[in-house]
Amino acid sequence: MPTFDEFAPIGALLILSVVMVALITIISRLFGPYRPSLRKTAPYESGMKPIGPAVRRFPVRFYLIAVLFILFDIEVVFMLPWAVVFRQLGLFALIEMVIFIAILLVGYFYAWRKGALEWE
Amino acid sequence: MQECIDIFNTFAGCLTASGADPGLAQFLSILLGVVLVAMGPLVIVIFLIWVERKYAARVQDRLGPNRVGPFGLLQTFADALKLITKEDITPAGADKLIYNLAPIISVVSVILIWAVVPISPLHIGADLSIGALYFVAVGSIGTLAIMMAGWSSNNKYALLGAFRVVAQLVSYEVPLVFSLLVPVMFAGTMSMQGIVEAQLGMWFIVFSPLAALIFFISTQAETGRAPFDLIEAESELVAGYNIEYSGMKFGLFFAGEFLHVFTNALIFAILFTGGWLGPFVYQVPALGIIYLFAKGSIFYLLSLHLRNTLPRIRIDQLMSFNWKFLVPVSIANLILVAFLWKVIQLIGLLPGPENASDFLAHLPAAIIMLVGNLALTVVVLQMLRNVGRRAVAANAVSTPANAELDDQPYSLPVPH
Amino acid sequence: MEFNIHSIVFLIFSVITLGGGLGTVTSRNLIHGAVYLIVSLFGVAGLFILLSAPFLAAIQVLVYIGAIAILIIFAVMLTRSMTRMTEIYNRQWSLSLVVSALLFVLLLVGIILPVWGPGTANAALQPSELVATTVDLGVAFVDGNQFVLPFEVASLLLTAAMIGAIVIARDRD
Repeated sequence: MPTFDEFAPIGALLILSVVMVALITIISRLFGPYRPSLRKTAPYESGMKPIGPAVRRFPVRFYLIAVLFILFDIEVVFMLPWAVVFRQLGLFALIEMVIFIAILLVGYFYAWRKGALEWE
Repeated sequence: MQECIDIFNTFAGCLTASGADPGLAQFLSILLGVVLVAMGPLVIVIFLIWVERKYAARVQDRLGPNRVGPFGLLQTFADALKLITKEDITPAGADKLIYNLAPIISVVSVILIWAVVPISPLHIGADLSIGALYFVAVGSIGTLAIMMAGWSSNNKYALLGAFRVVAQLVSYEVPLVFSLLVPVMFAGTMSMQGIVEAQLGMWFIVFSPLAALIFFISTQAETGRAPFDLIEAESELVAGYNIEYSGMKFGLFFAGEFLHVFTNALIFAILFTGGWLGPFVYQVPALGIIYLFAKGSIFYLLSLHLRNTLPRIRIDQLMSFNWKFLVPVSIANLILVAFLWKVIQLIGLLPGPENASDFLAHLPAAIIMLVGNLALTVVVLQMLRNVGRRAVAANAVSTPANAELDDQPYSLPVPH
Repeated sequence: MEFNIHSIVFLIFSVITLGGGLGTVTSRNLIHGAVYLIVSLFGVAGLFILLSAPFLAAIQVLVYIGAIAILIIFAVMLTRSMTRMTEIYNRQWSLSLVVSALLFVLLLVGIILPVWGPGTANAALQPSELVATTVDLGVAFVDGNQFVLPFEVASLLLTAAMIGAIVIARDRD
């Protein structure tokens, strides 16, 4: 299988680099002191005792940014194969892609007008 | 099976010639490549940290590291030794497994990019048919590592920092990928080696300087370098997502970031300025390594210079700049470039495969593309200027008292 | 089926995929669930490589691990104290078990057996002979006889999703 052979070095690299980097942290654990205390392991909060839980609710704008990102990401995924064969395709293919982008741009300008791109 | 010319370029062939089993020789050659690709970046980063510190010091009129070894070259080794012997503190309430995995994933995601970096006509970790996409995909794993680090630290600053950073990274990935489409379109392949070889006649930066600029800005933001260094906004977030990390784990995040900057500079050199291409590179493939690293170093130093001379921008400016400027401009540029490319192809000015290495054959196409790009740049700058004027005018109307006091006609608009 | 390196790798990726999936549904901590989901999706990316579909494998990492996982974590953080669940809120788990089992049978009987099952034309084929390349994909997207309409409709779907997300997230204005 050509694809498998193509990716086999990537798999080996993944395993090797994870092992190597993990070894670095383990060596550091072996050579460094390890004496945890209550004060030392307390979460840093500018020197005060931590107030309340660290994990709290976050504003919805983060979610909106993530949604926008995913949509553009998927758009790019569709455009990549098109870009690869662009040289062999006719003018018609370009127009189809412009239509594809234009439809998404409608949503983009809607987001702009609705203020979803603002970070207030 | 390749034959043996010399041990450096045809390692597997030479092993076979000296009596080894061909399968074993192939396996050993791949294994050697993998080990080199995994070790190389970690060795390079030690040098990079020295360069970065020295450069920052010179910009700020300091000496920088100068005690350990000649020119302070061994300073990073001393620092690494120190970090290894430091206590490794895990904060109370931290999610231990995710907390320990995050720095590892962060560094590994950068090392994995090196697998598709072609360093010479013959040497590449793995010439994947989807190389350019692989670069983006692996880069997005780094985002995940930051998220994991921020969440598992059980710290308010870390979580807030991680959220901000992830929002920044995913946002700037959009223009990054759109500008990446331009070289893929020119080359007609996503293979990194193919993209380099397609630039034999003319570098892609000449065809579309705007795409190159957007790619550079996006990579600067992806690595969290000034003016986009909200990742480590010391004054607001103390240190951001890696605040609770200490010892070598912090060192790994640190090294990963430095390595990422240099890796992105190399990728930029490959995508837009011909990677290993240079005089006599096909006769002596080893020269390709020098060409690639020389080109990459120029963009790396440019990135360092920006980092050390620009102030940090606010998060709302950061988001507006991306979503309201870079994204539309990169899309407009892509459509323009595709259109011009097709027009050039239809009127027959596009050089075919028979004169792929002919500089003059590429010249007419390059001039048309360049003029188109510059025209788009002028239009964008004009639109930007109009928006800026309107903002200044609106600001002057809303604060008449200040406007009278203000002698400068071009004061920056203050957001409310 | 002979036992070779491909079968071993397939086994490893299957275990990663299924184990990650199991962790996702059994984990009480939603963030842990998201991390297990990432592990599972990574396994799927590996399976795509075994199927000679590197483009889909990279998309799997880029879109699902790099984007959807981030979205899920953002969505979890929107909710109140959902990261440390102590009781099961879902009272319909028995019903969903039946539905998932039915779906599995449907996929098996409806798609897998007729297309790849024993006795069909595709049974003896290697995956690399079935899967098209990225170039074929690009041509198919814009070819009038192939997938140009679904391709444009996909854009419409993305736009609808974007508008929907904005309407939900910003319903106060």
